[in-house]
Parts: sequence; structure tokens; C-alpha cells
Amino acid sequence: MYSELVMEHFRNPRNMGVIEDADGVGEVGNPVCGDMMRITIKVKDDVLEDIKFQTLGCGAAVATSSMVTEMAKGKKLDEALEITNKAVAEALGGLPPAKMHCSNLAADGLRAAIDDYRARQNAR
Amino acid sequence: MGRVIYLDHASTTPTDPEVVEVMRPWLAEQFGNPSTVYSLGVAAAKALQDARESIAACIGAEPEEIYFTSGGTEADNWAILGTADAHQKKGRHLITSTIEHHAVLEPMEYLEKHGCEITHVPVDAGGLVDPDDVRRALRPDTVLVSIMHANNEIGTIEPIDEIGRVTREAGVLFHTDAVQTVGKLPLDVNELGVDLLSMSAHKFYGPKGVGLLYLRKRTRVSPLLHGGNQENGRRAGTHNVPGIVGMAKALELATARMAEDGVREAVLRNRLWEGLSANIEAVHLNGDMAHRLPSNLNVRLDGIEGESMILMLDMEGICVSSGSACTTGSLDPSHVLLALGIPAEHAHGSLRITLGRSTTAEDIDFFIKVFPPIVARLREMSPVWCANCACKQRN
Repeated sequence: MYSELVMEHFRNPRNMGVIEDADGVGEVGNPVCGDMMRITIKVKDDVLEDIKFQTLGCGAAVATSSMVTEMAKGKKLDEALEITNKAVAEALGGLPPAKMHCSNLAADGLRAAIDDYRARQNAR
Repeated sequence: MGRVIYLDHASTTPTDPEVVEVMRPWLAEQFGNPSTVYSLGVAAAKALQDARESIAACIGAEPEEIYFTSGGTEADNWAILGTADAHQKKGRHLITSTIEHHAVLEPMEYLEKHGCEITHVPVDAGGLVDPDDVRRALRPDTVLVSIMHANNEIGTIEPIDEIGRVTREAGVLFHTDAVQTVGKLPLDVNELGVDLLSMSAHKFYGPKGVGLLYLRKRTRVSPLLHGGNQENGRRAGTHNVPGIVGMAKALELATARMAEDGVREAVLRNRLWEGLSANIEAVHLNGDMAHRLPSNLNVRLDGIEGESMILMLDMEGICVSSGSACTTGSLDPSHVLLALGIPAEHAHGSLRITLGRSTTAEDIDFFIKVFPPIVARLREMSPVWCANCACKQRN
């Protein structure tokens, strides 16, 4: 039911893990509905220098998380904010319809991490 | 692709080669319609009658109490909708449990939308119905009690004979969905005290697309399918002769080897549970272990989600299923696990492993070997698993 690219990202997730001294942390989802994701980012000169994810969820949740880190890494923050959940799904060659709403939250996670980073900057 | 280790026998089973063999002529040269009068049709009608007698003998029924259907789902739907329709003058109240298969729960929901009242009796933390709860739920207008014989997810065996005594005393019809137990447990409709019973051939090494509803003599049930006089005018549609012949053979074979298979599967299942609980932390059993099908193990693992486990096990050639939302196509985790009082966030991390005839000790040992690293990897990936804290999972 998953595309080969989804399965490839599931088998070999990119940028999996946690950045211990992260500049921003984004958490989305809810364990009650089965999916949860945490994105940690390192920002230098307004660029996403490093990004890592942890995900609790199905194959689609893991693959979209992996894909969004790949799409966002090295991008300027404003560019990264333009990545949508839909774009992530498209980059993976599509997702089964049932997964489009429930497990496709990676771009939201990235946005949450960037928002967290900016909030921290403003609080300084 | 290497060897496949199939551990999802509660989902379906491979058709026994002996069953395939007896079906073959009825798919080919013996293709006659049993409702016709020429010899080709009469031969098919004779095969149907033989199958009916053989199946009836396996479950302690009379041949004329056997009504062939397209499977367990149709049998369940017919039992519920047909009984509610035929007895609406008596009342419009039905009783079922919270852990039934959707083929029971959804016809009940349908009836509810059309003016019936449904009582769902609860189960305890092990997944067992208390017959006293059924007794207390009975009302003068109750027309049917439907409680499954064994649960399809957690394999718990319900006290059907005790519930049967309750319903008999009250003079209320009693249906059981025996899809998971036929061919696995000794089963006699009179000992169980049931008036209606559903079964499905593909769960006991028969073909898919065929099952039956046992209807005790003089039980009034309106037809679900109209348009022909088959099955005594109670279930229209040309008979699935190859399927019915195959189902009879499959039940005969399963009945003959039931005791032996049950013991063998229980030993392997217990070996699996011991192996998993010894090698993985924070793994829990779902459902009562004492009243359980010998072939069923259902476990839950803190901090991970079911579908990702299934996908990783599939890479090792292992087929299992889960109680996670992602595998049921809905957003909610298994209603059965929730009914046991397991919180949703934990229910998502459940895995159902169901053994069968092909399962060997080597399969079980292979599972015990490959599964712990999968769990470790998924937990490493999980934002809610924390290896160092006792709580393991945030709520």
C-alpha cells in the first residue's frame, strides 16, 4: 500500500535522533491518536544547519518525518516554512488516502520547531 | 524473498491441500446448479446434502439447521437483522458485548438507528463477559443476545454455556459468533445452549467466501437475501458448491486433529510469550491467559506503534497484525483493547500473533530473535520512549 520511496525512508530514515543542544524543538501529534513527532533543529545564520526527528507512528509518519528533514536541511528558515504537508507527501510519491490526514504532520513539526526557535530569539 | 513465517491465522488460513482437492471437481466438470433437476444438478445437490450432514455432525446440530452463507459476516448480519425483524412484535431490545467483531457491532448500530435499543455488556480487564451482566441486562422486550465464542483479537473464550443457561431460562434467543472457535475448540450447539451460530470456512483451513448460520429448529429469522428458494427459502442465491464441499472437508479435518493441534500451538504460544517477556522490557499481555485460544498471543509494547512493528517484521518475512488505528483504517485503536481498559496511547502499540498448523518451534525462536532489535530500534526512534525512566511512556 506504500510507495517504494515511502518504504525506503521507513527502512532507512534520514536524520533520525535528537540534537541535544537544539536551538528549537517542535512537537506535534498526540499519542492518543497514535502519532507523535519531535523535531529538533540547529540554526546558524538563519539557516537550518542541522535537523533531527523522532517519531512514534506508522510507516507514513516515519517516512514523512524523514523526508521533511531531508527537504529542510540547509534551507533558510523562511524557505523551510514554505514546506507543506502536501509537498512532503508528494515528494514521497504520494501516500495512501487514509494516511493523508492522520500521519502527515511532518511539516507541522518542522514549523513548530522553527516557531520555537524564533520565540526563543525574541525572548532574549 | 525468503521464507514467509505466517503468524496471522486469526485473519485467515491457507486452504488445506486436501480441501483444494475435494473442491476441484465442483469447480470444473461437476459445475451443475444444485437447484436443477437433471443429473448434473442432482449430483451437486447430493454433494450439498453430504456437506450439510457432515458439518451438522461436527457441531451437534441437525442437517436441516445448517444454512450456508457467503461467510461469517453474512451469517452475523443475518442472525442479528433477521432476528430483530422477525421478533419486533415482542420487542426491539438486543444485548451484545463491547468486544464483538464489527460484523456484529455494526448491524447492531444499524438497528439502533432504526429504533432498536442495544445494551453492550462490558468485559473485565481480561476480556471476559460476566453471565450475570447478561442476566441483568435482559428485559421483557429483549429479542436477542449475541456474544462471541472467542474474541478475534485477544483470543479470550467467553462463557457461552453459562450465558446460554441464562438466555434459555429467560426464553430469549442466543446467537454466538463462533468464527474464531469452530475447528479449534470442541463445539456442540446444545451444550453451548445457542440458537444461532456463525462460522466461516477460511478460519479453519477452508476456502474464503463461504460460511454458515446454524439456526435451531423453529427459530424465526427473516431472510436477509431475497430472490430464490435456496436453503429452504431462507437464504436466496445459487449455492457455492465448491466452497461448501471444501468447508465440510476442512471442518472434518480440523475436528479430527483439533486436540493435537491445540496442545502443540499452546506449547509454542507459551514459548513465544516467555521468550518475548524475557528479552524485551515493558511488554504486556492483552487479555486473560487462562481462558484463551491456544493459538493466540496479543501483546503491547510501550513507546511504539503497531504498524511500524508490522512493517519491520514483514522485512524479516513475518506476517502478524496489530490493534493499531493505522491498520484498521480508522483513527481509533482497537475497540477490544479499549474495552479492556487499556488507554488508547498504549493500545496503538499492540501486536496480535496467531499460530497455526504450519508454525514450528524454529519459527517461534526466529521471532524471539528478530523482534527485540526491532523493538529497540523503534523505541530509539520514538519521542515518547525514554530508556532511563521508569514511567516509560508519557500520558
